Amino acid sequence: MEIVETKNIPNLIVFSETLQALAENDRDIIVVTSDSRGSGKLVPFGEKYPDQIVEVGIAEQNLVGLSAGMASMGKKVFAVSPACFLTARSLEQIKNDVAYSDNPVKLIGISAGVSYGALGSTHHSLHDFAALRAIHNVTVVAPCDNFETTEAIKAAAKADHPIYIRFGKKGLPTLNRSHDPVFNLGKGRVIRKGADLTFVGTGETVWPCVEAAKLLSENHGIEACVISMHTVKPLDDKLMLGTASNGAPIITVEEHSVHGGLGEAIASLLFQNSCRNKFKIIGLPDEYTITGSQLEIFDHYGITDKDLADVAKEMVADV
Amino acid sequence: MTIQELKLKSVRYRKNILKYIYHAKAGHTGGSLSCVDILNVLYNKVMHVSPENFSSQDRDRYIQSKGHSVEALYVVLADQGFFPEEDLLTLCRYDSHYIGHPTKKVHGIEQNTGGLGHGLALCAGTAIAAKKDDLPVRVFTVLGDGEMAEGSNWEAMMLASHYKLDNLCAILDYNKQQITGANADVIGLEPLRDKLEAFGWSVKETDGNDVESLANTLEHLPFTAGKPSFVIAHTTKGKGISFMEGVLKWHHGVPSPELYEQAMSELDQAEQSLLMENIPA
Ligand SMILES: Cc1ncc(C[n+]2csc(CCOP(=O)(O)OP(=O)(O)O)c2C)c(N)n1
Ligand SMILES: [Mg+2]
Repeated sequence: MEIVETKNIPNLIVFSETLQALAENDRDIIVVTSDSRGSGKLVPFGEKYPDQIVEVGIAEQNLVGLSAGMASMGKKVFAVSPACFLTARSLEQIKNDVAYSDNPVKLIGISAGVSYGALGSTHHSLHDFAALRAIHNVTVVAPCDNFETTEAIKAAAKADHPIYIRFGKKGLPTLNRSHDPVFNLGKGRVIRKGADLTFVGTGETVWPCVEAAKLLSENHGIEACVISMHTVKPLDDKLMLGTASNGAPIITVEEHSVHGGLGEAIASLLFQNSCRNKFKIIGLPDEYTITGSQLEIFDHYGITDKDLADVAKEMVADV
Repeated sequence: MTIQELKLKSVRYRKNILKYIYHAKAGHTGGSLSCVDILNVLYNKVMHVSPENFSSQDRDRYIQSKGHSVEALYVVLADQGFFPEEDLLTLCRYDSHYIGHPTKKVHGIEQNTGGLGHGLALCAGTAIAAKKDDLPVRVFTVLGDGEMAEGSNWEAMMLASHYKLDNLCAILDYNKQQITGANADVIGLEPLRDKLEAFGWSVKETDGNDVESLANTLEHLPFTAGKPSFVIAHTTKGKGISFMEGVLKWHHGVPSPELYEQAMSELDQAEQSLLMENIPA
């Protein structure tokens, strides 16, 4: 019910296919890469549209500065690089050349979060929501499934202002669309309804939230609402305040540091609007992140269906 | 250590690189095979660093800028006695310190690297501090040729000659390839020597997979008093394994069981013929 399709295609693949489809009819679509064409699954794009791809070499600052320049000429530029480098190495280019000068570059952070597992902290991006949230004029998006990825890329192609989209490389099921069939930037989507508590996830953590909700329902008769907050900024205030109004506990789950990400954004919104729901932020704690595969890391930090269900159960019992 | 012994070490290092990458089912195979002769000569012939002096301020420093080739560094450090080689069976496993890039959690590693274009500035800082304290420390780094596109390298190059850091030696693993393809197709690096000299460095070129010419090149440092030294080490990505040499996909490829057997038997043969040469007539 909550999972409507289980082909388990990585968002990365869907991104590349969507971009190829867009480029076919629009010669202004340009991809810029920094020795990241293979990692971005863009080799077929490069073969089909050799005039619509620009390679800068391993030079991420140049990647973003150059993309801003091309965008200023009316090109629809997708700057594609691992999220870790794109949002750290090139942060000043994002802040000044993209956001401040309002050049509508589409920043695509691939293999985000801890997708690079055992390659370690240089390759993890657990800071990107925080860094970009603090910069005016960047929309920050983490799609949860193939549907949201396709829609986010299409929306980015049309966007008149800077946007950052990040995703991982793991295969993902497509989640329920019956409650919220359309995707709009800045509008969270309800994947599952339930009045006992709410999980708010973003990106690849929405799926474990959905699985946790199933466990809670099957084993404990607890009905959890699950929201995919694909747009971390601007936050869907209306949806969050409406959700909080029933007083039920709220658990946020993100593949990001617990500092400065989705959880703190929502906490800030709710607290300033006098909501006093029981509230928990789940993400990567402030420490040297353990290494292993992405799933081992999730497991270590309690981002699994079982762990999430356990936390939820306690919070519900405690209300 | 004799050249013959160094050659034997290179073959054994290659076997270990493959062995542990194969076991981990992960690793940057091509780049580790291309730079391992450089690390061999640095650790066995050039640098004054060992488990015994590793806590001394006087030790030479090695910072691997092309961090992804960490497997080469691990097998050399294990051979130097920094940690038991069997530790590498945990390479890239859950909660192992032996991750896919260098970290200080591993004994013998000076700095955490993995993001490209960081090593040279770290080295320059280390070298300046050593000079201020009148320490006899020399600082070494190995860079990738694709990595040279990072502007930070050129900022550090400018600084190193400005401050006359002749205690700094950078070695380029010039295998002419990166992930997407040949450097020349991705983003041109040539004329490299001219650029380096224009930035005020003293430059030598050598065969970076030949331990003898590497040892000769690095024997007298600095190349020029008052200038940082740069070695353009011409190498082959995937060196030593016939089917990997110069083949792009082995940048981070893990061999199948069949190819692993083949690679190991090629290296066994190389080892045998070196041992034969060693037997006096
Ligand atoms: C700042 C940064 N950008 C991108 C990467 C991803 N990356 C790892 S290895 C590599 C290619 C390196 O090519 P080269 O420097 O030629 O190394 P080698 O051929 O010796 O493996 C890339 C792009 C990275 N580690 N750091
Ligand atoms: Mg190279």
